[in-house]
Amino acid sequence: MIELKRIAKTGFLNFARGGMVSFAAVLTMTITLSVITSIILLQAVLYSSLEQIKNKVDVTIYFHVGAPEEDIFSLQDFLSRMPEVASVSYTSAEEALRIFRERHASDYATLAALDEIGENPLGGYLNVRAKEISQYENIANFLGGDSVLAKGAESIIDKVDYHQNKLVIDRLNALIGGAQRLGFLITLVLVIISIVVVFNTIRLAIFISKEEIGVMQLVGASRIRVQGPFMVEGVIYGALSTLFTLAIFYPATMWLGERMSGFFGMNIYEYYLSNFFQLGVMILFSGMLLGVVSSFIAVRKYLNK
Amino acid sequence: MDGMIYFNNVTKIYDEEDKGSRALDDISLTISAGEFVSVVGHSGAGKTTLVKMILADERPSGGSVFFESLNIHKLKNKDLTELRRRMGVIFQDFKLLSNKTAYENIAFAMEAAGKTEEEIASDVPHVLDLVDLGYKASHFPHQMSGGEQQRLAIARAIINQPELIIADEPTGNLDPVNTFEIVQILKKINNLGATVILATHNKGVVDSVGKRVITLEKGRIIRDDKDGKYVL
Repeated sequence: MIELKRIAKTGFLNFARGGMVSFAAVLTMTITLSVITSIILLQAVLYSSLEQIKNKVDVTIYFHVGAPEEDIFSLQDFLSRMPEVASVSYTSAEEALRIFRERHASDYATLAALDEIGENPLGGYLNVRAKEISQYENIANFLGGDSVLAKGAESIIDKVDYHQNKLVIDRLNALIGGAQRLGFLITLVLVIISIVVVFNTIRLAIFISKEEIGVMQLVGASRIRVQGPFMVEGVIYGALSTLFTLAIFYPATMWLGERMSGFFGMNIYEYYLSNFFQLGVMILFSGMLLGVVSSFIAVRKYLNK
Repeated sequence: MDGMIYFNNVTKIYDEEDKGSRALDDISLTISAGEFVSVVGHSGAGKTTLVKMILADERPSGGSVFFESLNIHKLKNKDLTELRRRMGVIFQDFKLLSNKTAYENIAFAMEAAGKTEEEIASDVPHVLDLVDLGYKASHFPHQMSGGEQQRLAIARAIINQPELIIADEPTGNLDPVNTFEIVQILKKINNLGATVILATHNKGVVDSVGKRVITLEKGRIIRDDKDGKYVL
């Protein structure tokens, strides 16, 4: 216990007396943690945008005019229970007509033609939304098969618009997958670069103490007594950098939240505030781990037997 | 006197491709407990390599070095750390910890040896007074003169009352007055029972000590005199 106390005290003292070296290490780590925070926020923006695009895609099943509602409801019920399906909403023939009239309110010729017919020429339809874009094809194939549809009875389905939209859906699917993979790759590269930069800064800070590490060992200090204070310094670098990073991102996200919500498709400031605790813990953990591991590896290099 | 340090046919070659260049060449010697041994020779004769072997700061290319019954270079980390706590080391360039005050430099050696806070608080001021540095306890090494830094290094070396003091050119950077003071301190430490190994090429220092002198040349022992004269 007393050994731990001494190691912690030495670590704090070394940090305080480190001057420019400590300042440079904290600055570099703050930049690194800022990069990591930016990546987390950008990922949130990317996923939010992709989610919005995904939500715009659906498949509509149009029914023949006069198709019995109980058959439609049983199909709706069946579809709702499919694991790939997120939601199914029903629009009745009357509702479809009302929407049609509203949409063509200023198109008198069309409305006159509709009145001429006298009866509702539109059938009801179901809007099916899948959990993943890639699952629309399965749902469409399922609907196209004979087995489901009223078991031998005449098909109530007029058409399914999946095949008309297939090209768009496939392209969107590829685009979203590509964006996610690219996002992950960029994240990985930036994180690796950041880690290397921090590791080298800490290594440089410890390189200055290279000779003293040897001296400590020669006066009988154990390996943990030599390594410990450097690791404590690493923890301090991480903790202080976390505080600075969180402080920098508070006004930055506030500014972006006010001005860029339309562009991002989400309010980044609200996201930052609602995830502040998780973000803080994640950054603190990354910073301290980075500091401790870098210090441990860097000192080990100079520890003779 | 009992044997403390044993060199058995120790050879050290730094450049393995140049086998002809040996820092130490088949050295065998015994140093007894309580002895004051001066190791002399020109620059490059192998003095520093010899003392580094005892500290396990260098490994021999051949042969073995023993501290009592312990083969120094076959010790595990933990045992080596324990052994180093039985030694005190003084270097020509002082090798003080630059970001620690005089007090903390000495306290560090005591902490490393597992001493309590009470022991540290009681012994450090005492040893600082002993080397006449009591008034510089809160000074950092860069705020002290060469002589003061070397006295601080000696204080650090003796604080744990080691059985062996190794001094590698301790007067190399000092003026004659400081040199004289350092030699007097080393003699006093030896009189109190510690074994002292002093590596130096300073004839005046060796002659003033008047104890055993081992003379090295090109890594070999060419003289081992009991009468304490520097002859080269």
